[in-house]
Amino acid sequence: MSGNDVKPVEDAILFEPMMKTGKAFYLALSGLVAVILWAGWAYLHQYRNGLGVTGLARPVFWGVYITNFVFFIGISHAGTLISAILRLAKAEWRRSITRSAEVITVLVLFFGVGNILMDLGRPDRMLNIIQYAQFRSPLLWDVASITVYLTASSVYLFLPLIPDIALLRDYGGKWKGFYRIFALGWRGTEKQHRLLEKGIAFMAILVIPVAISVHTVVSFVFAMTIQPMWHSAIFGPYFVAGAIFSGIAALIVAMNLIRKVYHLEEYLRPVHFNNLGILLLVMTLLWFYFTFTEYITVYYGGEPLHMMIFWSKFTGRFSLPFWGMFFFCFVIPMPLLSFRKTRTPLGTLIASISIVIGMWLERFIIVVPTLTNPRLPNETVLYSPTWIEWSVFAGCISFFILLYMIFTKVFPIVSIWEIREGREKSVAEVQERIKTYLPGISVE
Amino acid sequence: MVIDLDKCSGCQACVVACQAENNIAIIGPAESAKGRTIHWMELIPYIEGEYPHIKARLIPRPCMHCDHPPCTKVCPVYATYINEEGLVAQINHRCIGCRYCTTACPYTVKYFNWYPPEWPKEMKGSLNRDVSIRTKGVVEKCTFCSHRLLRARERAKAEGRDLLPEDYIPACVQACPSGAMFFGDLNDPHSMVSTLSRERRAFRLMEELGTEPKVFYLSEGT
Repeated sequence: MSGNDVKPVEDAILFEPMMKTGKAFYLALSGLVAVILWAGWAYLHQYRNGLGVTGLARPVFWGVYITNFVFFIGISHAGTLISAILRLAKAEWRRSITRSAEVITVLVLFFGVGNILMDLGRPDRMLNIIQYAQFRSPLLWDVASITVYLTASSVYLFLPLIPDIALLRDYGGKWKGFYRIFALGWRGTEKQHRLLEKGIAFMAILVIPVAISVHTVVSFVFAMTIQPMWHSAIFGPYFVAGAIFSGIAALIVAMNLIRKVYHLEEYLRPVHFNNLGILLLVMTLLWFYFTFTEYITVYYGGEPLHMMIFWSKFTGRFSLPFWGMFFFCFVIPMPLLSFRKTRTPLGTLIASISIVIGMWLERFIIVVPTLTNPRLPNETVLYSPTWIEWSVFAGCISFFILLYMIFTKVFPIVSIWEIREGREKSVAEVQERIKTYLPGISVE
Repeated sequence: MVIDLDKCSGCQACVVACQAENNIAIIGPAESAKGRTIHWMELIPYIEGEYPHIKARLIPRPCMHCDHPPCTKVCPVYATYINEEGLVAQINHRCIGCRYCTTACPYTVKYFNWYPPEWPKEMKGSLNRDVSIRTKGVVEKCTFCSHRLLRARERAKAEGRDLLPEDYIPACVQACPSGAMFFGDLNDPHSMVSTLSRERRAFRLMEELGTEPKVFYLSEGT
């Protein structure tokens, strides 16, 4: 039993962030708060004056906010989905990374939703979506599936937190009352463990189809219209693959930061980065495959409207973001992730940062060029985001980092009880399991 | 609605009539250059073919009031819908401003209020009281002057008679000096528009999309 009978001195370094807070934390905190306040002011400006303060116009009705929406929802696929798959696959190396992944999902979803709300011309009327809900609209499908996803992910984050909260309650640090409430009376009995494991397994299975539905439905916002290069059957799987792709990359970035800041080199080892790096490599290739399929289909179809958008991306005015996307999503990460030698924490970090940038560009390159080339002749409108939009974007990222930082100060970012369970039980369990895989070794 | 392009002189009287009738905000030159103008009715240059066999013409473009509108499908709050007359209506005070309909419309006939609507002081007195003024952050578009239909219906009721076809025509049709625009019931096989819509010269914009627009154009050589 890995409950409370273990002395808290073990894994002391995992408790440290909750116990001690250094100068660096407050410095980072105030920096982030400053950016957030700035963004808040920028948004207030937009709220008062109207969306005219952005770079949007007719026919480019959607821009950075919608790009951010798709991007953040994509990042959210880091956590829950990957953690669920690793749990179900009984990948033992998951133990020290699942928590940090799950937190990303829950927190980043707020910014995905937030960007949609900030994109509204009348945010004061957002509850009309519930009052006058029209379920033929893909936006409503988004509302429904993101709500389910957020709920399921929060539960999925919370369940494995319970034993750790109990550990903190018994550790005797700050906020005992707070931990007592959220530990839900966890004592680490056999029955409680059985129930918890059942709950986690159930949520892990539930969360996978929900996660896939979320990004499919996000793609449907575009694919269900008849606009050229949006109206495509590939969009569902393409978006899901892209989401997992950017999600893993975001996870690797977060893990690198946690590792450095909290000195968790012992827990987040090169092998974790290597394994995630291989996963990321698979996604890189899958991303290339989807992108290639998308564009070659358009090219061979050769419809004039589609070709206009196609060439605006390849050689026209969107060539810089387009080739930037290709460079950041494929050219940089592919070689880095291909070799064991560069699949180190640092190597995967560089690849991941590149992928995160590249995937933002991909979302942009999906949204804007199609709108820039409407079917009916129109005066050319070149969309360039204003400082308001960039500020809000910076604010979203800062806010996300801030919440993540605060989380690590309240809860252990590496699941303590799962690490201990791995140490105490899994070694023997895995040995037993291997025996069941192979003939010629008797199962005791 | 039927628009005879062979008669249209491109004078833009329909555009002006529409702006005045429907309280459309006046957008200054700086914002116009950014693409923030609002024109429920707009003359768009339509260029066909390539040099030397090039043909350019101006097409007055109201809302097509499609039978299968791509915009109504995607509105999350029923702020745009087909009403019982078959017109694509817009509820301005319900619109949340998500601009999904504006991106979904293949004819780009939907406009967004990037700022609160403004008029020069002198014009404020002459706003049409039958048409509600939009706020910032909502979508608007041509309604085929449906407020005129309401009015005509009330007048007919008060006079104790049925609504006649000539009771209700939109401002653009009324203003057209060359008589190039016709308005009426397409479902009535004997109506002027119905006859014209079956002419050899008749076509609709982007028929291949299956949106079934209710605006027909007439042009020789098409």
